[in-house]
Amino acid sequence: MKQNVSFNLNGKPVEVEVNGDESLLTVIRTYLDHTGTKYGCGMGHCGSCTILIDKEPVRSCMMYAEDVAGKEITTIEGLAKGEELHPVQKAFVEHDALQCGYCTPGMIMNATGLLLKKPDMTREEIIEGMEENLCRCGSYMRIIDAIQTAGKEMKGGM
Amino acid sequence: MKAEKINELYFGDVDHPVTTYDRRDFLKRLGGGIIIIMSFSELSFLTGCKTKQDEERPDFNAYLHIKEDGSVDCLTGKIEMGQGVITSLAQELADELEVPFKSVNMVMGDTDLCPYDAGTWGSLTTRFEGPVIRAAGAEAREILIGLAAKELGVSEKQLEASEGEVFDKNDKSKKISYADLTKGQRIVQQLKKAPELKKSKDFDIIGKSVISTDAVDKVTGKAVFSGDIKLPGMVYATIVRPRVWGSKKLSVDASGLDDFEGAELVEDGDLVAVVHPDPEVASKAAQKVNVEWDAPESKADNETIFKYFVDNITESEVNEEGGMLSSGREACETIVEAEYHDGYKAHSPVEPHTATCYFEGDKLTMWASTQTPFGTREALAETFSMPKEKVHLKQNFLGGGFGGKIYNPQAIEAARIAKLSGKPVQLAYTRREEFFNDYFRPAAVVRSASGVDSEGKLKLWEFDIYCAGSRGTGLSYLYDIPNNRTRTFNKGDIHPFSTGAWRAPGNNTTTFARESQIDATAHAAGIDPLEFRLNNITNPEMKATLELAAETFNWNKEKPEGHGYGISLGWDAGTYVAMIAEVKVDKATGEVQPIRVVCAQNMGQVVNPHGAKVQTEGGITMGLGYALTEEMEFDWGRVITRNFDSYHFTKFSMTPEIESVFADNMDAAPQGGGEPAIICVGGAIANAVFDACGARVNRQPITPERILAALG
Ligand code: FES
Ligand code: FES
Repeated sequence: MKQNVSFNLNGKPVEVEVNGDESLLTVIRTYLDHTGTKYGCGMGHCGSCTILIDKEPVRSCMMYAEDVAGKEITTIEGLAKGEELHPVQKAFVEHDALQCGYCTPGMIMNATGLLLKKPDMTREEIIEGMEENLCRCGSYMRIIDAIQTAGKEMKGGM
Repeated sequence: MKAEKINELYFGDVDHPVTTYDRRDFLKRLGGGIIIIMSFSELSFLTGCKTKQDEERPDFNAYLHIKEDGSVDCLTGKIEMGQGVITSLAQELADELEVPFKSVNMVMGDTDLCPYDAGTWGSLTTRFEGPVIRAAGAEAREILIGLAAKELGVSEKQLEASEGEVFDKNDKSKKISYADLTKGQRIVQQLKKAPELKKSKDFDIIGKSVISTDAVDKVTGKAVFSGDIKLPGMVYATIVRPRVWGSKKLSVDASGLDDFEGAELVEDGDLVAVVHPDPEVASKAAQKVNVEWDAPESKADNETIFKYFVDNITESEVNEEGGMLSSGREACETIVEAEYHDGYKAHSPVEPHTATCYFEGDKLTMWASTQTPFGTREALAETFSMPKEKVHLKQNFLGGGFGGKIYNPQAIEAARIAKLSGKPVQLAYTRREEFFNDYFRPAAVVRSASGVDSEGKLKLWEFDIYCAGSRGTGLSYLYDIPNNRTRTFNKGDIHPFSTGAWRAPGNNTTTFARESQIDATAHAAGIDPLEFRLNNITNPEMKATLELAAETFNWNKEKPEGHGYGISLGWDAGTYVAMIAEVKVDKATGEVQPIRVVCAQNMGQVVNPHGAKVQTEGGITMGLGYALTEEMEFDWGRVITRNFDSYHFTKFSMTPEIESVFADNMDAAPQGGGEPAIICVGGAIANAVFDACGARVNRQPITPERILAALG
């Protein structure tokens, strides 16, 4: 049954027609053409589809569009302010915390969500919070460093 | 070239000289400026997919174009998949050509723009392409200096190039930019002689750590992968797969599609697919198509496959032989015999195989997640009996490859569906399809016997390899053992599903087996494993690399309770590797926590130390997965592993502290960096586990259950 769902995407109101049973990941990537968010497993295991819903990191492959009606969604495309990268993006570049870059949007969104709650995470807390985001290229060590760097910058409040 | 031939190359050692091929006129379409064309090596001309062998090839496979505005394009058929060559090749070129690093634009893997290349694999790019790109840069610099001499009226000797300008050494105000020099020029030159290359002390950019040039695109979501392309009128395809690999189609009932408006069935032999403008509708509708399949009988599963190999592969080939095995046995005081097993591993890049394509008139255009754009182009041309010039593979980013994207069934499937449906098509494998269709790293068996005399010298080495090939097993790089024999047992169709090259093909398995065997022999003889190895190596590079690792690790330092240290040595793609791992084992549960890994490598010249470190860390991190957790579960063609909840590769918490050290060898030729480090992980972990708790596990992955079983 077709229905319309409205929410805010990266600060802009959007209305989208959905069937009702498709994943939010499909809605974002295919209907709304925000392809920065990636499919990795479709079952909630890898985290490449992570976005923020009202600042909470969430796996979009496990959500329906109707779950987000009226909410504020942030995807990787919505982090930078124009040319000015978000501190987490900046830190990922600075530490080269990526290789193929496919897991990167999900890593950054999950890290951003964690840092918004607690900018001064310990290494152990970072590992725990990031544990279910998978990177086959093995960039984990540099991702941890990048999150620590970004946390320092975000401490002052975002 | 046949697929078997390709696999033979992947699983063997790659070390070929450069040869030239007949010229083809490729350059007609380029504008003015200075163009240097170059060829890398015979291997770059091999085809990544099956094709006619006698095909003519251009005699170059990359070129450098200094355009009339002074900007520099470097075009190569290689692709970037996270291994960092888009950065390191630009570094090498900028340094020799004397232009700012940022002015180099790498164009990679586009089959219309770039000359032919066989594909990106085998740690070949830096080894064979880097030196040629440097030479081309140097040659272009010489040409520019020649032009400047005429322009400025001074002798070439008096001129120097830097930052995209040529100036008079005595009067720096006398200068001219590359842009001014190339304006109105049309110079095409083939690189033949080796021009004067810079010495390492003069490097400005080579040897400097440079952050990936594509990082900003990747952190902002702008980097375009093949599944990010959306074409007007495009449909999404879902293929109806059998449950068992290798099944043949018997009948199709598509009446269920009536419930899905706009869903279309596409059927072509065993290919059955549903297309729809909405990907989720295509996928739901496909579930309602009932196909009856004739499935092959099961002959083995993930537990019985090893015995199946040994029972069914009787023919072997001797790869290396020396001395006499019988006299070797007699000379030994201690002999250790063991059998090693390794399960099938999936490549599992986080981006599954994907292709987006359309036909327009007689032309096919495609974006595909492929490590072999030119091989894929040829396979497509062959499928549709069309000239390969009519097939265009576009450049895009790849979400990891590791060898798995050498093979591109999704490209052929997508194009067949596009042809039949008459619409642009995107086919993106689901994770389940990615596991089902992978060209797995083959399961393998190694049987070994080794022996030492009373002096602790290895006198006997027998090494029989089933299904893993001989890459990296040459004893001359490793140990000095007078009586030895290495044999390989292979049979092409022995596996229940497709198998292929997986980061350093075969070498992960054989290095695990060899280094476990050496360790077990050292322990049986009561000798410290480091001392034992040093006492049995004569190759000076190998020895120095092991010494560097031992010193960095501090082998003799005290071990905390429950911790163990393990060594592994290896040789791959021209690079010597010595690795020492520290793990902690919980004896009650069998859980292993990697604590620290030191990896010493002699990879010749290191172009981008940061990039080399990243590749090494990535390799070690990936290697921990095959060593400790990764294994495919199957009952013959029924692939039971479907997603990351049953196939575990390394996560954040498993990643140890990693230290990579490189032998200082800046004036030597660069060697492979993408693959070598990973080969030693299994052996180092196995030996560290033994050291920590006394469990000798001869099967990868070394799971808690297997450790507990070994402890008895
Ligand atoms: S795609 Fe959503 S968690 Fe993997
Ligand atoms: S960078 Fe390739 S999967 Fe993480």
